[in-house]
Amino acid sequence: MATLTLPVEEKKKGTEQEALITGAEAIAIACKLANVDVVTAYPIRPYDTVMQYISQLVADGEMDCEYIVAEGEHSQFEIVKHASVCGARVFCGSSGVGWMYAMEALTVTPALRIPLIAMVGNRALDDPGAFGVEHNDALAVRDLGWMLTWVDSAQEALDTALIAYRVAEDRRMFVPLAISCDGAFLTHSQALVKIPTAEQVKKFLPAYNRGDLLLHPDNVISVAPQVNEDWVMEIRRQNFAVTEIACDVIREVYAEFEKTFGRKYGNPFFEEYMTEDAEVVLLGMGTLSTPVKVAIRKMREQGKKVGFVRLRWFRPFAGKEIGKCLERFKAIGVLDRDFSFGSPDLSGVVATEVRSAMYSNSKTRPPVIGFIGGLGGREVTVPDVESMTDIVFQAAQGKAQPLTQWIGLRG
Amino acid sequence: MSTFVDEKPTQELEAFKGVKKVPHEEYYTSGHRTCQGCESAQIMKLMAKAAGPRTIILGSTGCMYVANTSYYATPWGVPWMHTQLGSSGSAALGAAASLRVQMRKGVMKDEPINVIAFCGDGGGADMGLGAISATMCHPDYNLLILMYDNESYANTDIQISGTSPYGVNTSFSTPGKVKRIMNHRWKKNMAPLMLVGHPTVKYVGTISTSYPLQAMNSVRKALSVGGPTFIHCLNPCPKGWDFDPVLSFELGELAVNTGIWPLYEVENGKLKLYGKTEQIASGRFKRLPVRDYLLKQGRFAHFIEEDIDYFQSKIDDMWNKWLVPGIIPLQKDIETE
Repeated sequence: MATLTLPVEEKKKGTEQEALITGAEAIAIACKLANVDVVTAYPIRPYDTVMQYISQLVADGEMDCEYIVAEGEHSQFEIVKHASVCGARVFCGSSGVGWMYAMEALTVTPALRIPLIAMVGNRALDDPGAFGVEHNDALAVRDLGWMLTWVDSAQEALDTALIAYRVAEDRRMFVPLAISCDGAFLTHSQALVKIPTAEQVKKFLPAYNRGDLLLHPDNVISVAPQVNEDWVMEIRRQNFAVTEIACDVIREVYAEFEKTFGRKYGNPFFEEYMTEDAEVVLLGMGTLSTPVKVAIRKMREQGKKVGFVRLRWFRPFAGKEIGKCLERFKAIGVLDRDFSFGSPDLSGVVATEVRSAMYSNSKTRPPVIGFIGGLGGREVTVPDVESMTDIVFQAAQGKAQPLTQWIGLRG
Repeated sequence: MSTFVDEKPTQELEAFKGVKKVPHEEYYTSGHRTCQGCESAQIMKLMAKAAGPRTIILGSTGCMYVANTSYYATPWGVPWMHTQLGSSGSAALGAAASLRVQMRKGVMKDEPINVIAFCGDGGGADMGLGAISATMCHPDYNLLILMYDNESYANTDIQISGTSPYGVNTSFSTPGKVKRIMNHRWKKNMAPLMLVGHPTVKYVGTISTSYPLQAMNSVRKALSVGGPTFIHCLNPCPKGWDFDPVLSFELGELAVNTGIWPLYEVENGKLKLYGKTEQIASGRFKRLPVRDYLLKQGRFAHFIEEDIDYFQSKIDDMWNKWLVPGIIPLQKDIETE
């Protein structure tokens, strides 16, 4: 049973507060601040702690929403889908095979232009069972029109949830957005988080306005009639148009966020760590940033010029920016906490995307070594990072390396 | 300040007193391309007429989506949305929750708006059963799930569903050289399943498009009584059942008169039988033999005498042995130790 450690004391209301909370709790608080209208829950670890917190917020009268516990993930996502079409701001989430159980609903949500915000507590897919983090769950929707972002701290989780509503509910967008939080490492780990005030959030986040797409007796429309080959291609093209402007909208919203809350994220799409003079870099998503940064500091002391690029947004994939960023390094190592069996070079999903982005956007062709590791919640250790970096340096020196390597594997 | 169930007012739709009192306005009009003699389209029309203009309708995949609602040619005069095959329950719940919270927060005019989700037998009795069941457990949301039942997946080429009759010939249960009967399942008893399984549900009814006034009044009552409600409608299907479209209405009547399709409603636990069903139950009308119904349909053309006899015996059991004849399949005799 989760207990809420909300810090807001009566006397201090109206000013930003700091609290020691988990990633899941941070997102629950963001939902409260965003005045979310309909929330649907269904239990699966590790995402479900967010729903425990929200349930407590509702019971305590801190949050006014319809809180519905569904009978499965498919219903969970279908309920909020319809609630959103009728004008409500909605929140939902899942993990691992739960997310896959909802797959049909996940598929239709972007096509219906629904700004659903979901939290994915990343978890390994069955079988065999494992609670720990793997990114294949969220990545399963990467081609369907969902926006996908990975965060690595509770603060970033809270901030990104607020940013997510503003981006998704922008009338130019109207597509769902999933915030990925690594299971356990982020969902259940506490950190100090600055909690903005409701007034600040209200200023930053306008009310959800479904406009002429609202399903209501005052607006008699038929949503998603049968189109067949006559029109389906044109409608797909409209969805595609969202992806053409998504990066611009995200940039705008981050700028607004900085103006309102004073926290800077710089480039929204990826974080660069000690890359300025780096010869090689590692690239990855989520909480593996912690061991990677520790290892990099250690290696820097030994004179190794290595940096790190943490990808925040996977969809849209900022191909131009990534390609331009990475072209200056002699070799790149991509750490995938996922697999993509049978893919080109048998690499993980992120490595394959990075190679693709560089092919069209980079002036140089440095080797991109794919690493697969940290699956099922296994820790990526500092020695793991060191040995990967050594391999990337070898590649930078022109010594051919296998393009995909599994790390941290038991013999 | 404890509230056991947080009820919201409904529209309180009075029963239509007769066919001449039924309003002329239609909310399901031209634009659909359903088959000649389609009774499923007929219940769409009656349902929309009964509900009136302050209504949101959510339609799960099936004939009444694919053949009914084409881009640029929608027949719906009320807001309508497609929902996934197994999602009628979730669709109604989501819409009702959305309206409720927005009215509470003052961002939407506070008024009773009908929420109806319809599904076919495949969407309702098979794939969507879990979601409908879950929705029936939420007494605070006013909504109606209407299941139109043409006893097959009629949009995908006529395949057996959980409500197809015993022995029926469909494209997934075609008689062959060795096996004459490929469907051994007995039709799922949906309305009682919703009723008995969900004790807080205030209204469950069965209807037939051959009795349009009762069908419309059942919809009006279901929308007025409050909480989640369920209606099961039998809809003869010329294409799936293989009969001349001119017989659609007559087959609906025969289903009732043979005792195969009892017409009733249960409101707040009180059972009321309708028309010929009531006369059958009270002994004032002798059930017609099922052969009169079966042999008018090509889907039973492969039946031999013993199949008809078996079918008849099952219907006889329904009326002679069940605790609530035609409805609840418990034996009348209760064993005691």
